[in-house]
Amino acid sequence: MTWDQILVTISSFFLIALIIKFFWMKPKNSQPNIAVTDGIQKQLIIVKGGYTPDTISVKKDIPVRLTFRREENASCSEMVVLPDFEKSEKLPEGKEINIDFTPSETGEFEFTCQMSMYRGKLLVSA
Amino acid sequence: MLHAHHHKNEVSPSISSVRLGLKGMGCASCVATIEKALLAQQGIHTASVNFAASTVEIGFDSDIVSVSAIRQVIKEAGYSAVEPRDDSEESLQKEEAEKLAEYQTLMKKFWLAGAISIPNVLLMYPQLIPGLNEFMPPESLERQIVWMIQGVLTTFVLFWSGSQFFTGMWAALKHRSANMHTLISVGVSAAYLYSIVATLFPHIFPKEAAAEPFWDVTSVVIALVVLGLAMESKAKGKTSEAIKKLIGIQAKTARVIRGGTQKEIPVEEVLVDDIVLVRPGEKIPVDGIVTEGASSVDESMITGEPIPAEKSVGDEVIGATINKNGTFYFRATKVGKDTALANIIRLVQQAQGSKAPIQRIVDQVAAFFVPTVMILSLLAFMGWYNFGPEPRFIFAIISLVTTLIIACPCALGLATPTSLTVGIGKGAENGILIRSGDALQTAEKINAIILDKTGTITEGKPALTDITVMPDFEDNEVLKLAASLEALSEHPLAEAVVEGAKQADLSLVPAHDVKAVTGHGISGTVEGRNVLIGTSKFLSEQGVAVDGLIDIAEIYTPKGKTPILIAIDGKAAAVFAVADKVKADSKEAIAQLHRMGLEVFMITGDNKVTAEAIAKEVGVDHVLAEVLPEQKAHEVQKLQSRGKVVAMVGDGINDAPALAAADIGLAIGSGTDVAIEAADITLIKGSLKGVVTAMDISRATMRNVKQNLLGAFGYNVLGIPVAMGVLYPFFGILLSPIIAGGAMAFSSVTVVSNANRLRFYKPKGAKS
Repeated sequence: MTWDQILVTISSFFLIALIIKFFWMKPKNSQPNIAVTDGIQKQLIIVKGGYTPDTISVKKDIPVRLTFRREENASCSEMVVLPDFEKSEKLPEGKEINIDFTPSETGEFEFTCQMSMYRGKLLVSA
Repeated sequence: MLHAHHHKNEVSPSISSVRLGLKGMGCASCVATIEKALLAQQGIHTASVNFAASTVEIGFDSDIVSVSAIRQVIKEAGYSAVEPRDDSEESLQKEEAEKLAEYQTLMKKFWLAGAISIPNVLLMYPQLIPGLNEFMPPESLERQIVWMIQGVLTTFVLFWSGSQFFTGMWAALKHRSANMHTLISVGVSAAYLYSIVATLFPHIFPKEAAAEPFWDVTSVVIALVVLGLAMESKAKGKTSEAIKKLIGIQAKTARVIRGGTQKEIPVEEVLVDDIVLVRPGEKIPVDGIVTEGASSVDESMITGEPIPAEKSVGDEVIGATINKNGTFYFRATKVGKDTALANIIRLVQQAQGSKAPIQRIVDQVAAFFVPTVMILSLLAFMGWYNFGPEPRFIFAIISLVTTLIIACPCALGLATPTSLTVGIGKGAENGILIRSGDALQTAEKINAIILDKTGTITEGKPALTDITVMPDFEDNEVLKLAASLEALSEHPLAEAVVEGAKQADLSLVPAHDVKAVTGHGISGTVEGRNVLIGTSKFLSEQGVAVDGLIDIAEIYTPKGKTPILIAIDGKAAAVFAVADKVKADSKEAIAQLHRMGLEVFMITGDNKVTAEAIAKEVGVDHVLAEVLPEQKAHEVQKLQSRGKVVAMVGDGINDAPALAAADIGLAIGSGTDVAIEAADITLIKGSLKGVVTAMDISRATMRNVKQNLLGAFGYNVLGIPVAMGVLYPFFGILLSPIIAGGAMAFSSVTVVSNANRLRFYKPKGAKS
């Protein structure tokens, strides 16, 4: 191997490691439960390249209202689906859309765009 | 039953209630402000604001104040009232306009990229144009200057035509995720950066590398992918065509009778219990019950049934259907977002947004796909650089860019949802509401189907089927006398006799001295003649010689019909047979279910004899008779334990437990009640043909989904290795990034177009 090949090989592996670290080894961010106002656990979620925040912690048996606001026009994100709660909603750009439900079980539930490119998690605790 | 007479609007209070959404409420004190403002308005009796839900519930007198006046009051108080109806055409139009604008922007970007691509491609092959090679020979300053000009132009393409790739990549990176935008931007950026170096410093590459910039690759790939996105957005618009049609058919105005005068008002302001006038050719605005007049109504847009339905007093009418020839009045029963149409739209939208279990495989791949492709592209680069032929660096760059460009996560992501959207929409067009992607996928696997007898195979109400008269008596005469007496009876069989007389165009006459013996019979005087109707026991107790009648009755019993014996002036006169008639197309539908390879069962509470008779008539091979309503669910489970995937077809109320127990519950809808909780699939039209169509649509849709998934997976699984260069050692084939860009754009358009083929689906049993 010549010096340039060694350089190319080392930097390629470095980049691969970087990709794995960056995309797949995300730190687990544990967030406090969202606040309860007027008896409802409310959270605004911005849809732009993903969901912000993408991890939401709630208590079970208290109504949850997730308000989605989509701030992009990529068609990928025009729908949000909560399969475990049998909810799906179209998200017109710039409009706030509420999704209401009451989790009755604890656990980890995913919400995604229709093509599963965007992912978010709902952590329900007792 | 003669009490279904005119149902005039009650004179006294026309109290109505409406629920409106509120906007602009900043604090809890707004509650009092709004309530106070509303209660100050004459005609408003109650107003209660729910701050958390941002809604207000208003009780008011519709003769004094209208919904639009109420809105005005809210507006004057400094807030705005939102449409009580959520699927307004307006928001649809706005969405359409946004989609169109997006398409037009993409096309503009394509034209710029396309226009600059033409000289970029031509200048890469100067030997093709006479004189050009002489003007800019290899390694000349002229050639380098031309490259620089190309570079400037391509920069515009990259940062304007390709801008969405960079913004899309950046937005995703902030979430530490990657998508199609990431792949395209990294791919074209690599080509672009290499081109800058090759243009400015061509001599840093070894001579045999013959450094040439990739300006053509950069601009052509962007042009193709942007064109693909534009075509995809157009094609995707068509997938939700069915729901757009449904939203578009809503009536805009209604003629209501209020305070004794006829007023034309917006359809959102029609209230429950309003009396609405519908003239020939007009759209029926909301759901209701006919109170006066008669007509035939085209309900095809809701039920899929092409033959107009006859409507008279007491019949249900569905909003958005079209009145053909008569004029009638009806009392509104469901308005706003409670109408059948609004429910249908909501159910369909919910279902179109749901996921089918088959998509789980895509979900699992999606999280790893894009980073994996990036890693593969680096491996390809490394492989070519270390082991490839000369010019190694050029080959390495080409394989890196090609691998990034050819991978198409969108085709995978689009495969299932687009087909589901079209398939579920197609169902709605045919009067079949499929609740979710899950239901659709399970319906495809069904191999046994249980049909409830009453109301599903049969009409669900007894009808007069046969009349046998003794000598000296005449059909119509006996029927007229019997029906005139039965008109005063509450018995369900009596209703069948009265209906039979009506259909024979006989006019009824008054009956006197009527005496009913519950469970046995009825007696009375009609036109001076003594009429006895009932069982053989009842007649013989009254001294009638019934032997002849019993002989006739015994012919009907094994056929599953109920005989009714009649004596006139003490003499045996006739036997009527009453039965729950089989629906006209049940037999054909069951034959079709058999042809689809399904095992068909009939379930009923009736005795074996009656059940077998009906089963034979319609061609059902398995009968579950004498099953109590609460045991139906158990029968479903018994079949399931034998390894069958079971569909249950029944009504939504009595059969609810069985529908829920089955793998797929199909509810036969009744009129405007479409949101049946226990059902996975609701058939708006009562016919069994709907079951055939539902099964057929599920199969067609799932076939389409599988084609799409196979195509999308196959494309990526084959395309990525080829782009990396696995074919090169054997056949000397390495794809050009330009071909990769074209393939990538084409693959997602193909997936959407394939889903769109479902739009041309025609139900199997459709009458031509």
